[in-house]
Amino acid sequence: MQEPKRNGNGAGGVGVYVCHCGTNIAGIIDVRELAAYAAGLPGVTVAREYKYVCSDPGQEFIKQDIRALGLGRVVVAACSPCLHEKTFRRATEQGGLNPFYFQMVNLREHDSWVHTDREAATEKAKDLVRAAVRRVRLHQPLERRRVPIDPKVLVVGGGIAGIHAALTLANAGKKVYLVEREPTIGGHMAQFDKTFPTLDCAACILTPKMTAVRSHPNITLWTYSEVTKVDGYVGNFKVTVKRKPRYIVEELCLGCLECIEACVYKQAKVPDEFNLGLGKRKPIYLPFPQAVPQVVVIDPETCIEFKSGKCKKTCVEVCGDRLAIDFKQQERIEEVEVGTIILATGFQPFDARRIPYYGYGTYPGVYTALEVERLVNAAGPTGGEVLLRDGHKPRTIGIIHCVGSRDEHTHRYCSRVCCMYSLKLAHLLKEKTDAEVYNFYIDIRAPGKAFEEFYNRVAEEGTHFIRGKVADVYPEPNGTGRLVLQAEDTLLGLVRRIPVDMVVLATGLEARADAQEVRRLFNITCSTEGFFLERHPKLAPVNTFTDGIFLAGCCQGPKDIPDTVAQAGAAAAEALALVDAQFVELEPNTAYVLEEECSGCKTCVPLCPYSAITFVEAKKKAEINEVLCKGCGVCVAACPSGSIRQNLFEDAQIFEEIEGVLAHA
Amino acid sequence: MSEKPKVAFYWCASCGGCEEAVVDLAEKILDVVGAVDIVFWPVALDFKRHDVEALADGALLATFLNGAIRTTEQEEMARLLRKKSKLMIAFGACSHLGGIPGLANLWDRETIFQTAYRDSPSTVNPEGITPQPRHRVDGFELTLPGFFDTVRALDQVVEVDYYIPGCAPTPKIILAAVQTLLSGQLPPRGAVLAPDRALCDECPRKDSRPEKLMLTAFKRPHEVILEEDKCLLAQGVLCMGPATRGGCEALCLQGNMPCTGCFGPTSRVRDQGAKALSAVASLVESDDADEIDRILAAIPDPVGTFYRYSLPTSRLRRKRPAAAARAGEKIAA
Amino acid sequence: MPDATPAPRKFEPRIVAFFCNWCTYLAADLAGTSRLKYAPNTRVIRVMCSGRVDPQFVLEAFARGADGVLIGGCHPGDCHYQVGNYKALRRFRLLRRLLREMGIEEERLRLEWISASEADKVKAVVNDMVEKVRALGPLRLKVPEEVFAEEVAA
Repeated sequence: MQEPKRNGNGAGGVGVYVCHCGTNIAGIIDVRELAAYAAGLPGVTVAREYKYVCSDPGQEFIKQDIRALGLGRVVVAACSPCLHEKTFRRATEQGGLNPFYFQMVNLREHDSWVHTDREAATEKAKDLVRAAVRRVRLHQPLERRRVPIDPKVLVVGGGIAGIHAALTLANAGKKVYLVEREPTIGGHMAQFDKTFPTLDCAACILTPKMTAVRSHPNITLWTYSEVTKVDGYVGNFKVTVKRKPRYIVEELCLGCLECIEACVYKQAKVPDEFNLGLGKRKPIYLPFPQAVPQVVVIDPETCIEFKSGKCKKTCVEVCGDRLAIDFKQQERIEEVEVGTIILATGFQPFDARRIPYYGYGTYPGVYTALEVERLVNAAGPTGGEVLLRDGHKPRTIGIIHCVGSRDEHTHRYCSRVCCMYSLKLAHLLKEKTDAEVYNFYIDIRAPGKAFEEFYNRVAEEGTHFIRGKVADVYPEPNGTGRLVLQAEDTLLGLVRRIPVDMVVLATGLEARADAQEVRRLFNITCSTEGFFLERHPKLAPVNTFTDGIFLAGCCQGPKDIPDTVAQAGAAAAEALALVDAQFVELEPNTAYVLEEECSGCKTCVPLCPYSAITFVEAKKKAEINEVLCKGCGVCVAACPSGSIRQNLFEDAQIFEEIEGVLAHA
Repeated sequence: MSEKPKVAFYWCASCGGCEEAVVDLAEKILDVVGAVDIVFWPVALDFKRHDVEALADGALLATFLNGAIRTTEQEEMARLLRKKSKLMIAFGACSHLGGIPGLANLWDRETIFQTAYRDSPSTVNPEGITPQPRHRVDGFELTLPGFFDTVRALDQVVEVDYYIPGCAPTPKIILAAVQTLLSGQLPPRGAVLAPDRALCDECPRKDSRPEKLMLTAFKRPHEVILEEDKCLLAQGVLCMGPATRGGCEALCLQGNMPCTGCFGPTSRVRDQGAKALSAVASLVESDDADEIDRILAAIPDPVGTFYRYSLPTSRLRRKRPAAAARAGEKIAA
Repeated sequence: MPDATPAPRKFEPRIVAFFCNWCTYLAADLAGTSRLKYAPNTRVIRVMCSGRVDPQFVLEAFARGADGVLIGGCHPGDCHYQVGNYKALRRFRLLRRLLREMGIEEERLRLEWISASEADKVKAVVNDMVEKVRALGPLRLKVPEEVFAEEVAA
């Protein structure tokens, strides 16, 4: 036995605290019987049951018992340790014991919530409590490791979430690296025309923040760049960033755009990404007028110099002695050290082609909502005039809600923003074209601040609402070129067929195609729908299961701009809290070699993915670097002579748990 | 009183190698014999069971018992000697761990009899006679010891104070153990009287093992010409050294053969085979289930390999008893 | 003797489950928050990584009366510790062979990759395993000492 390193020697008996969690646990598990059973287990001094052990009075019981009854160990049988292990360790510590003289039993998530048979659930609870009591008696006092936090922060993704998080941190005096994959920051918000429900112009509220990023002394902005590798751990991440060549020396480009004018292509011929192909650009281009940075980019796929090497290079000529154009520019690799990371990698719109009967890609009159955002935008490809692909102005418009949302064939979840942006588009389209606008909806979801009012306003403006899911979109048979929307109006109970000139698909939000790769890169998890998984849906909505990595915006799930900005602020605050604490306490669950006992067989050395184990020639023994060890325990399980041990997960403790769950009387 | 302490030697299910090991002490045996009074040693001295029975309880300082417990007679003698001895010493791998005879736990009595008395190519037994505990001949009843289904180590039958490991224990280990016992400076009860570090610690080939050795193929010693100074695992030959208590000075390795594990696990390991398996499997250099299986197929007999000496003292102890399997079927039916 | 403990009227398999902290344990938590219902026969022991599961733990569980052992880890490529689950896989493949040699049916030891979002898989795997082990019947490795006397008397 090690000598205790902190308060309390753990010599006293075990206190067991069974939580009712209201009726969450007590509704299925007989908590009285369980507590009575626990009281009779060897080594148990006291066993209590209480409505909410996590509440202040609940924790007070623990602290008082430690003092009054001289408890040496504490077991709380309540919810998942992921939720309240920290809470109860703290209570244990405040009671005067080493916080690791504590073990938690997951009665709620693993028992009462998943079983219906009261007797079986109570028996299971007894087994789990018995195992915990046996285990905790072997617990050792431990010290948490403190590691310093590198104050620099990495923000990945330059949409509104990343921008807001980066600015918040930078304004607080922290150094921020903002990495954006595209040649400009701005993200999806930059493509929107106006924002609901206030109808402010998206660009007007976004572009000042974009330029603030560019000019902020604390922000290093790397656009056209991607994170390719992440090593390390909370407080001490080492991140590798690939900076793709834009063939422009960023520092030398003034953003005069003369090169675009001078390009040998007299006409813009390449479908332009920012306008979703509704407009055209040249091989050398600025994604959109307010792009940040104001630095052009050359697309090697279409640039003649790249394709043939025989271009007159009028762009270089006009750039003159500014020398900003560099056809030989190579990809660059940057390595940065940061303490925390905020992921704000956003979403992608649902691909409307996946629902063929809506005719997107088949009928020219069918548009996605994002395309319409560009059409109604004054800086868009049509200068803000709503003109169909055939050049006509639509007189009737149908908006189909829930495209790729609330649909068991595509995504079951609600994308949260489509109802509201559909209302906004209905308003804008009506305003611009005076067309009849029909909304086909399942139900209108307008739960935000001033959202319902906006819905009423749009309805009063004369927009039509038809409750029914559109089942088919087909051309009007008599060759008018119009499209018929067929839906069952569930309010009237009849099938409606409405001919329109323009169909707008309110496409949902989905996880980006590479979300899985990104998640692996950052060692976090995804939820079922593919969005990044938060640590707790309510209590830790911007944290991930990897300490020091936070989430902001739609990479975590669909949300609107206010929620995105709020979450970005929260993520920034979480990062700040870590940075300002200057150090972080790590779980002490590291492995260690028993030096005297180690035979130096080297079995463990190649098994450690973090190279934390080295063979020390001088001693001819293995040694584990505690700082590098992440506590997986692979080496412990593999050590053939049992000479590696793991704090918090000692063999002896796990054996006690095994025996405990099986030692039913 | 200057009377020398009395000791007994006894053998149960064993090969006789442990008796040889005592003789292997050579002239040093005289020191041992000089220090103690051997009152029972069936291999060497003509004392009978009733001589032991006549001793007062606890009259012996120690009994050195080798061999596993396979028959009723062995169990009776183990109990008798336990009662008469202050210290019961499990001597050698069979009484310490179950040993080679313990591998019989992969079968049951019926199968063993069937093989030994009927099926083996060298057996001539046209009448199919198998040993019976009782047999009447000419009005007399003859008895044979009963034969258990399961082989046990000594401590699964009686309490054991100390263990001297090895198949067989080396002279050095025996002498050190005897000196410890006679010194009166007794280690904690239940100790194995050998170093508590794995064999690699004292293996002359230790330095030749690469720091990051992964395993891609396994070969058996007869399939390769083994280099004499290179770690056998590094040559693809499964060696139990990393999972086996040291103290033998790597005798097998000195004979260019792999360690097979006779000293048993260290005190920190509950199941030698499981630990050896874990270490070996962890180092298989593949993440593909089929390829892993292919590589590991070169270990034809995992139980015989990882539990060569320790099956009866392993967590599973024996192949699942047929009775248990049948009971399972009954309920399932 | 094996028959001394009468077979329980209704056999309820006891399954010890070793779940990794980052994927399968969280999936089991999610099954709870999603209020999925599944068989109450498992007892989960949390480990940081499926690679921490020492084959000794599995054998200990069987020896102490478990009828089945379930190991849950992150999907290949998703291990929180990069490659710990592959170590679990390697050991599992060999351990299962060893168990077969020891007369223990391979359905009694199961390794499953269950990510944090696969609550439904926790439910499906547990229910399926419970039924398969139920069909196999009790393992009954715990042999009381008297069995040795009985063996000889037989």
